[in-house]
Amino acid sequence: MPILEVNDLHIYYGMIHALRGISFTVEQGEIVTLLGANGAGKSTTLRAISGLIPKTEGEIIFEGEELGKIPAHQIVGRGLSQVPEGRRIFATLSVEENLLLGAYLRKNKKEIRKDLHYVYKLFPRLLERKNQRGGNLSGGEQQMLAMGRGLISRPKLLLLDEPSMGLAPILVREIFNTIREINQQGTTVLLVEQNAALALDLADRAYVLETGEVSVEGDAKTLAQDSRIRRAYLGA
Amino acid sequence: MLNLKGPQGRWNFFMIAGILGLYGLIQLLAAAKILLSYHLQILSLACINIILVVSLNLIMGFTGQFSLGHAGFLAIGAYLSASLTVFYQLPFWLALIASGLAAAFVGVLIGLPALRLRGDYLAIATLGFGEIIRVIILNISAVGGPRGFTGIPRHTTFGLTYFLMIAAVVIIKNFIYSAHGRACISIREDETAAGSLGINTTYYKVVAFAIGAMFAGVAGALFSHYMQFISPTTGQIGFMRSVDILIMLVLGGLGNLTGSVVVAVFLTFLPEFLRGFAEYRMLIYPVLLLLMMLFRPEGLMGKTELSYSYLENIFSKFKRKGLRPDGTN
Amino acid sequence: MEWYALLIQQVINGLALGSVYSLIALGYTMVYGIIKLINFAHGEIYMLGAYFGFYAITVWKLHLAPALIISMALASLLGIVLERIAYKPLRNAPRIAALITAIGASLFLQSAAQFTFGANFKPFPQVIPFKRIALGPAYITNRQLIMFGVALILMVVLHIIVQYTRVGRAMRAVSLDKEAAMLMGINVDRIISFTFALGSSLAAAGGILVGMYYNRIDPYMGMMPGLKGFTAAVLGGIGVIPGAVIGGLIMGTAENLVVAFGSSTFRDAVAFAILILVLLLKPGGLLGKSENEKV
Repeated sequence: MPILEVNDLHIYYGMIHALRGISFTVEQGEIVTLLGANGAGKSTTLRAISGLIPKTEGEIIFEGEELGKIPAHQIVGRGLSQVPEGRRIFATLSVEENLLLGAYLRKNKKEIRKDLHYVYKLFPRLLERKNQRGGNLSGGEQQMLAMGRGLISRPKLLLLDEPSMGLAPILVREIFNTIREINQQGTTVLLVEQNAALALDLADRAYVLETGEVSVEGDAKTLAQDSRIRRAYLGA
Repeated sequence: MLNLKGPQGRWNFFMIAGILGLYGLIQLLAAAKILLSYHLQILSLACINIILVVSLNLIMGFTGQFSLGHAGFLAIGAYLSASLTVFYQLPFWLALIASGLAAAFVGVLIGLPALRLRGDYLAIATLGFGEIIRVIILNISAVGGPRGFTGIPRHTTFGLTYFLMIAAVVIIKNFIYSAHGRACISIREDETAAGSLGINTTYYKVVAFAIGAMFAGVAGALFSHYMQFISPTTGQIGFMRSVDILIMLVLGGLGNLTGSVVVAVFLTFLPEFLRGFAEYRMLIYPVLLLLMMLFRPEGLMGKTELSYSYLENIFSKFKRKGLRPDGTN
Repeated sequence: MEWYALLIQQVINGLALGSVYSLIALGYTMVYGIIKLINFAHGEIYMLGAYFGFYAITVWKLHLAPALIISMALASLLGIVLERIAYKPLRNAPRIAALITAIGASLFLQSAAQFTFGANFKPFPQVIPFKRIALGPAYITNRQLIMFGVALILMVVLHIIVQYTRVGRAMRAVSLDKEAAMLMGINVDRIISFTFALGSSLAAAGGILVGMYYNRIDPYMGMMPGLKGFTAAVLGGIGVIPGAVIGGLIMGTAENLVVAFGSSTFRDAVAFAILILVLLLKPGGLLGKSENEKV
């Protein structure tokens, strides 16, 4: 059984038909990436999965449970957390407070401490700055903080929305290496990216969205060789 | 120029006939002692309320600037005109004009902060302005201070309020349907977009405040010369009066002139004729406001305005129902 | 009295009154911070808090401290109900609609109080025998000390809740970014309710303290302190908790000085003059970031 299954998902923003029936699956332990141009519906898909926007039609099934009617704040508790586009750090809260908010639903203080150490080991720079305001971090550090904040709820599935956005290439590589590391430690990842080359290199499988529909899908390595993809998204 | 030709012209003609006819009818009923002076007083108050509500509608309903200090403009008009007629024996018409101009001037002063403030901040600031005006009046012993201003001559007649009310409604309606009015509405809809389209938002906000304040000032002059007494402590000019005007405006619909007129008349009469109601009104109005915001934020009348094109629409629907091209029903 | 004695006396009186304004301002600032709405009915909660305290003392024969706690609890409930009925349904409506509703809620509570408790003032029971303590050339009363003390304790408790607890962290998160807060698993509705409860309880405490201070309460007592509390919040920088405290103390002091050295009829104008000056000159407030209106 896939950990996440999206069937024929339709979303309307008022009169605009943003998602026109997309379907995809994410298997346990995979890294799956959603590619596509601006406005193709990638972020909309992630927002719908996390319950931030209501779906008009279709199914979103996480571990056998339909998420459609569940309020956004209860979805995290089921083991699905999202690192949103633009990071959305709580700017006036300290780094550590941001991380603790990621563990908001967890009660066991000892476990939380342990995972805090895990995040600090993953991103040592956050440890150095743990008492600084989140808003004072650099873009790369904010991305690390956002990912740490998403991880500390111990998700089974981590949704990442444009983690490379606005970052220097060297930082992007660092972030992507960490994503691989997180995945190898057992977290399934659904990655939305504009940087198709990097995403295809990292992912097991990929779906390409075009104007609210899945246009191409398949194995990431195969797609990276696909001439249509190369022309449209890899600039080759 | 007033257009009296064609269908629109016919409509204008009927409106003028209606306005004059209604006035004639009321005077006739008054002469026949069917309408007593008590009724005429309520009718006059209704007209004054219409002026207040319609002028607030320009500021709040059409230009989208939340103002909680409308009674402050009324206060300026009421006190200034009374001072002019009592202390300087000026003719009432001159006092009326002076009141309008003075209130407009203060309106500009209040419109200026509106350039920087939005929404709730502006609401509170205008509330503050209104109260400051009241406190200043409270401290001028020449106009009676807290005891109130007594002995104001009764210059206001029903006819005067009626026609000034008509003038206020017509002028504000024409303003709104002009290019200036559309500029104001665009500020309400999206100030940033309006600004980027080259509309001078600063200018129009100030103009809206000035015109709205001017009519409120005139209403104040009519009010004090009708009541012959005005006081800063009895709720005639304070925050609660601003809220009264606001309630009428909201129930009639922000941005709907017909609604303002209908509701102002209705809510002036209701407490007079429904004895129990006056007592409970401050319990009922707030509930109405909430229900209104929840279920019908556009006001009781919605977007419908009484106009030629509206009637024409209804009429043509009626005609279409009457006969289809193929001759069937 | 010498002028400097008068000055010191008025500063003491002003700070006492100001500590109550601070309590009210805290509620405004927290609610504004979290749902960006001026809760116009906040002054009415303060008034009702005074009535709750009045009945707890006169009917249930309670002492001041338990009456204070009961009144704060009732006011919290009232704040939650108010938010659920009047504000929650309009959370995504235009601001103007929510603001109109807020004014409506304020009027409703005021008239409801007038019907329930009568329009005339009630003498607040003299729970604390009046005592004066010399303080240099001026005096401080034991009631003023109680006002300072209660306000200080409540502010410290509030500070601890907001800065060092899980729910406080959630409050700050919700006020910064509701959607991101949801992604953390925070139930935003519940945090908003909690904020209303917290703010309302502080207002209720303020109401009782003022009832005790002036020995009288009436259904209209909430309006002016409500507006002054709001002014204090704006003065200190809305959304900034220490700002509300400082704003309240400044307001109380300024008001008392104007009354002492000017005229008592200008008492209420002081607040509005300060409000307008702050809005025009430093809209961010004393401790707020001077942030331009976002487009």
